[in-house]
Amino acid sequence: MASILSDRTSGSTESTWVNPHKPIGGRLITEPFLIALIFVGIGGILMAQRFAGGLGAVANISDGYPWGMWVAVDVVIGSAFGCAGYVMAFLAYILNKGKYHPLVRPAVLASLFGYGLAGLAVLVDLGRYWNFYHLLLPWYAQPNSVMLEVGLCVATYTIVLMVEFTPAFLEKFGFENARRKLNRLLFFFVALGVLLPTMHQSSLGTMMVVVGHKLSPLWQTQMLPVFFWLTAVLMGFGVVIWESVMASLCFNRPTEKAVLRKVAELMLVTTALFVVLRLVDFAVRGQLGAPFGAHGTLMFWVETALFIAGILVVLPKPARTERKALFLGSSFVLFGGIIYRLNVYIVGFIPAVGPWSYFPSLAEIFVTVGIFALEVLLYLIFVKTLPVMHAVNAKHG
Amino acid sequence: MTLSRRNFLSRAARGSAAAAAAACTAVAAPPAANALQRPPKPMPAEAVGLLYDSTLCIGCKACVKACKDANGMPVEVAPEQTAWNGGEWDTPVELSGKTLNVIKVYTNGTMAEKDRETDGFAFIKRQCLHCADPSCVSVCPVSAMTKDARTGIVNYNPDACIGCRYCVLSCPFGVPKYEYDSPTGQIRKCQLCKHRLAENQLPACADVCPTGATLFGRTEELKAEAKRRVALKPGERTHFPRGDIAGKVGGARDGHEAPVRVAYQQHIYGEKELGGTQCLAVSAVPFDKLNLPTDVPETGYPTLSEGIQHTLYAGMVGPATLLAGLVYLAHRNTKDHDVD
Repeated sequence: MASILSDRTSGSTESTWVNPHKPIGGRLITEPFLIALIFVGIGGILMAQRFAGGLGAVANISDGYPWGMWVAVDVVIGSAFGCAGYVMAFLAYILNKGKYHPLVRPAVLASLFGYGLAGLAVLVDLGRYWNFYHLLLPWYAQPNSVMLEVGLCVATYTIVLMVEFTPAFLEKFGFENARRKLNRLLFFFVALGVLLPTMHQSSLGTMMVVVGHKLSPLWQTQMLPVFFWLTAVLMGFGVVIWESVMASLCFNRPTEKAVLRKVAELMLVTTALFVVLRLVDFAVRGQLGAPFGAHGTLMFWVETALFIAGILVVLPKPARTERKALFLGSSFVLFGGIIYRLNVYIVGFIPAVGPWSYFPSLAEIFVTVGIFALEVLLYLIFVKTLPVMHAVNAKHG
Repeated sequence: MTLSRRNFLSRAARGSAAAAAAACTAVAAPPAANALQRPPKPMPAEAVGLLYDSTLCIGCKACVKACKDANGMPVEVAPEQTAWNGGEWDTPVELSGKTLNVIKVYTNGTMAEKDRETDGFAFIKRQCLHCADPSCVSVCPVSAMTKDARTGIVNYNPDACIGCRYCVLSCPFGVPKYEYDSPTGQIRKCQLCKHRLAENQLPACADVCPTGATLFGRTEELKAEAKRRVALKPGERTHFPRGDIAGKVGGARDGHEAPVRVAYQQHIYGEKELGGTQCLAVSAVPFDKLNLPTDVPETGYPTLSEGIQHTLYAGMVGPATLLAGLVYLAHRNTKDHDVD
């Protein structure tokens, strides 16, 4: 910590522009790093098996459940975790709340990995992956397809995130001119970076509208795009809080208390809105009885209980500045979001002509674990070697 | 902004809650009153299909064998059959990546009599129904699933397909299947033997059906025939055609005259289900017993999903406007200081 502080002081004397971000530094090869590396290796071997023997060689997916955890967890849930960058960019640059700036860059980095690795998971999951570039070719495009929109949006957004993160590289390697030039154009990418997740996160919900009666009335509604957008936002806030608390514990940094209090408030409001709208939606569809016996009732209550628990934890104002409560509250909300998305894509899904059942195979789970481990690995490398985290106590202009 | 944060938040929360509740009422309403639904697609004028009459089916499965030969599909042996079937016999029990057409049987109690719901049994033929408004075509991101504008046949092009299996997920009838045991698996489904139709030959299943239980023809004519049959009374003598109902494709064939054995259900499967299908079925046993989805809307599900998309993305005006606003704000808010 002492070194970070002295770095900042010396930095401020040599130029008018003060870089508020600093690499955390420290040893790269640590125990967590090696453990993650082992999981990446296991995942890699299993992926090789999948490409040699077909999807069935590794995954338990079937014609009843053609989409398993690689879609539901790696893409649908993983990309919601990637929404930290989305909500923070919105707060910092669109609503012009400068105080959120310290949280933007780590959030953008987390989003970059979330989306990049969701893309990797898609390649593993695609049955005819060698044709994947057809998604980008206009003569193959089928504009009615919700998936086309999601695919194009996610691909573009990944590029936008890379551009948003480029300043960190330019700073690291001292390309001050390039950094200034890019900065003048960055507003456009910031705007795109807010538009694109609004589009594809809601569309992830629209994707399941077409399955009709194959999705339990607990989740099947024309409101799916609204609910997916809301869960993207509330999970985005959840990730920001969770990650800040974790980073402050693991890297022994003080929490950004004032900022987190406000993010917690926003998380509270969006989560409450989500829970209330779900009820309104049941009433409008005449499905108020669905929570008491429709397909997936138990998991509906798990999902709802988690959201309500999250709301209750951060409801008292003092809780919003306490590490423990923030950690607990954001964990509940994140788990609620995870379960909601899992419910829509797997638990609430009713295959056409049964009987079918699905539970991921161990190998399937380890492919996902491998991809997440890769995410952790890269995140550790990046925050330690690149200016990502806000230097402690640095003032922002 | 002069608004205090608290004011802003509570106003925003109240405002968006009200707006969202109103929107919720408009869009989540049942299909009839739904603001976000595109009009259903009409049946192509020259739509062709099959009429399956469960009461005429004798369960010989000649159609299953002929389908495999005509489409070069492999023998299927389920894992639980390997004890007595080393691959000598083709014994599919469900549609799959190896089987595009299958005859299944409903059984109840003593199974004493054919086409009886209680203590009886009945056959059902499963293959692609070639929907008027197919979900698989609506969801496919790369136009690998297409509906022929003239014949209405739902085609699959493996060279375009990326293998996302959204068609498998979305089909309300559980028809398209993927080959999970192959590193280069593709989607498999009935394409109504379009390669045979091109040579004026019947789809293989209709070609070999000995009783006319599977009849080929233009959907309009098949629908009229289905209506004629469900109106027949048990004992009434009637003529059952075979092959092509119009006697053109595959040449004219003799049908047979017989008394109607059992009372038909009045429900013609595929007439109204999800916007109508080009392949139809009639039966003496209710279709839910034959494991077909019966409690479904009369418009296809793509009317709902595309309704949302076409509203939100009409001419890309919405996203473009939103982007313009965001660009303005982002520019204003970042020009004075560094963007992270």
